[in-house]
Amino acid sequence: MATEAAQALPPSRRLSLQRWASAVEQGPLDYGSRIWLKVLIGAVFVMLYAPILALIAFSFNDSRRNVVWQGFTTKYYLVAWENQALIAAMANSLTIALLCTLFATVIGAATALLLWRFRFPFKAAFEGFMALPIVIPEICMGVALLVFFARVGRFTSSFESGPIAWWNSLFTLSPLNLSAITISHIAFSFPFVAVVVRARMTGFNRELDEASRDLGASEWQTFRHIILPFMRPGLIAGALLAFTLSLDDFVITFFTSGPETVTFPVKVYSLVRRGVSPDINAASTVLIVITLVATIIAMRLQRSERT
Amino acid sequence: MTSVSNHNDAVVSIRNVSKRFGDVTAVDNVSLDIQRNEFFALLGPSGCGKTTLLRMLAGLERLTAGEIVIDGENMVATPPNKRPVNMVFQSYAVFPHMSVEQNVAYGLKVGGTPSAEIGPRVTEALEMVRMGPLRSRMPDQLSGGQRQRVALARALVKRPKVLLLDEPLSALDAKLREQMQLELTRLQETVGITFVIVTHDQDEALSMASRIAVMDHGRVCQIASPQELYERPATRFVADFIGKVNLIDGEVIGLAGNAVLCQAEGLGEMALPAEAPVSGRVAVAVRPEKLKLSAAEPTDPRLIKSPGRVRDVAYYGDTSNVFVETPAARELSVNVQNERRSPTVYRRGDQVWVSWSPEDTLILTE
Repeated sequence: MATEAAQALPPSRRLSLQRWASAVEQGPLDYGSRIWLKVLIGAVFVMLYAPILALIAFSFNDSRRNVVWQGFTTKYYLVAWENQALIAAMANSLTIALLCTLFATVIGAATALLLWRFRFPFKAAFEGFMALPIVIPEICMGVALLVFFARVGRFTSSFESGPIAWWNSLFTLSPLNLSAITISHIAFSFPFVAVVVRARMTGFNRELDEASRDLGASEWQTFRHIILPFMRPGLIAGALLAFTLSLDDFVITFFTSGPETVTFPVKVYSLVRRGVSPDINAASTVLIVITLVATIIAMRLQRSERT
Repeated sequence: MTSVSNHNDAVVSIRNVSKRFGDVTAVDNVSLDIQRNEFFALLGPSGCGKTTLLRMLAGLERLTAGEIVIDGENMVATPPNKRPVNMVFQSYAVFPHMSVEQNVAYGLKVGGTPSAEIGPRVTEALEMVRMGPLRSRMPDQLSGGQRQRVALARALVKRPKVLLLDEPLSALDAKLREQMQLELTRLQETVGITFVIVTHDQDEALSMASRIAVMDHGRVCQIASPQELYERPATRFVADFIGKVNLIDGEVIGLAGNAVLCQAEGLGEMALPAEAPVSGRVAVAVRPEKLKLSAAEPTDPRLIKSPGRVRDVAYYGDTSNVFVETPAARELSVNVQNERRSPTVYRRGDQVWVSWSPEDTLILTE
């Protein structure tokens, strides 16, 4: 087609057009054969992963100041392990992330099912508002949650005794002292779960639901045996999203954490201000490994699922 | 023409059933009975309400008006999981995350059948549709025809009073469809369950069903056996929908004994046998295979005949359709059997005579 068009052109233009035509004939996915695209891809990968690789490499650097490579050591992993405050922050982060994953997945999946299955007034508006935490700037959400928890705290702590005071005292105990952060994390991560699960459910053949009912299954049995297995890849992906979002959140956590309840990112930030030492690199590397392992497990689970 | 038979052996009774979706009336005051152990077909063009009617039998669609009685019980308020009917869905709806075996066992499991009984019944159902060797396969390892067999076994294993089939053959290729038609009829005879099939394919309905309800615009036009539907269609729509038909506008001008004198457009006067008294404007209908072609004028005075010119020939192998331009209406379609390897060849422009017998002619009023 392109070659035919080339016949109509003067010979000088014809050559460049033919080259263009042959490039087109390679097809849009044959990017491997063009050098500049290879270079671009390489540059993108360097941009993305060089800092992370440097972080991991320098966690093995035998230097207090951690600017120049001095030699290989694993001692800073031990230093990090012995840093009580860092470990406590890590434990807080993991606790919050696990609780957030659990609740956000359940709430998100329920929201997705609501939007998938039912028609109700103002559904479009509801769907829009639900997705708001995805688009709203984190800083706004952080401030809003700070004000909210401050108000609630002032109200509940105004009671000296009685059930509300008792209730309030519960929240000084671990892990309930993390509840403000956990609730904030659930609030901003469940819409992500809902969006992922909702997208998964659009591929559901509703005749499967009807077939199940027709074969004698109750609504609950149908949900348990037909809908839930279909939802599972979406649930896993959503849960993973919620977990990573919660684990590395800084802005919202910064506004809602107290002096007793510091998470890993917030702790690292406070340490970095006094200079980056290799133990922070070591702790960060551990965090990367945890996230990677969680991702790989989730992908494995998804692959074994026939969809 | 809505006929309501009053047999007591009706396993399904549909009484004045209507279904409206907003302003659209999908099913409009339908009444019909389905007998025990019959192979019943709901036939009609897409959008005629046949699938909606089937879904109402399954309980997947609520009735706007009327009632449905299945095996002596009013089913209007019964949810689908409590009805003694099972359905084979158009998409087969085989559960993708379950093996063939698990698919078939599902209905028994959720229904609380003792687990000792499930195994043998699943095996029996799989044998019935000849899927025994593939019992541990996953659905994505099956062909369309095999998936359909799974859907069939899954419904039959529940031993329903009525098996509902929604366009079961539409997704299969022509060869497989023909084979499945035969198999379905045999299966129905073996299991002795009432089959209700929804189809838009007249060949499918004619070859499989013992009785057919032809539907159009949410209403039942005629309920009859395949032969009666073909040879004695009640309305223009039925005549046109089932098979091919030549329709010639005409007018009744008088009676002659048992026959009706009819003035047909371009053909002149003809005496036609009529079963019911008719008058006014009618359509004279005759099937293409009942017409005869000849080069010379037929001599039999009883025949209805007309000269014409061949306009087109469509060759199908076993038969040919010859379109003949006559003074009557537009053109007549004549179906010629190619009985010999070198049959009489009609070419475009040939002058021919078309003739047929009055007994093969129908008068349609609607």
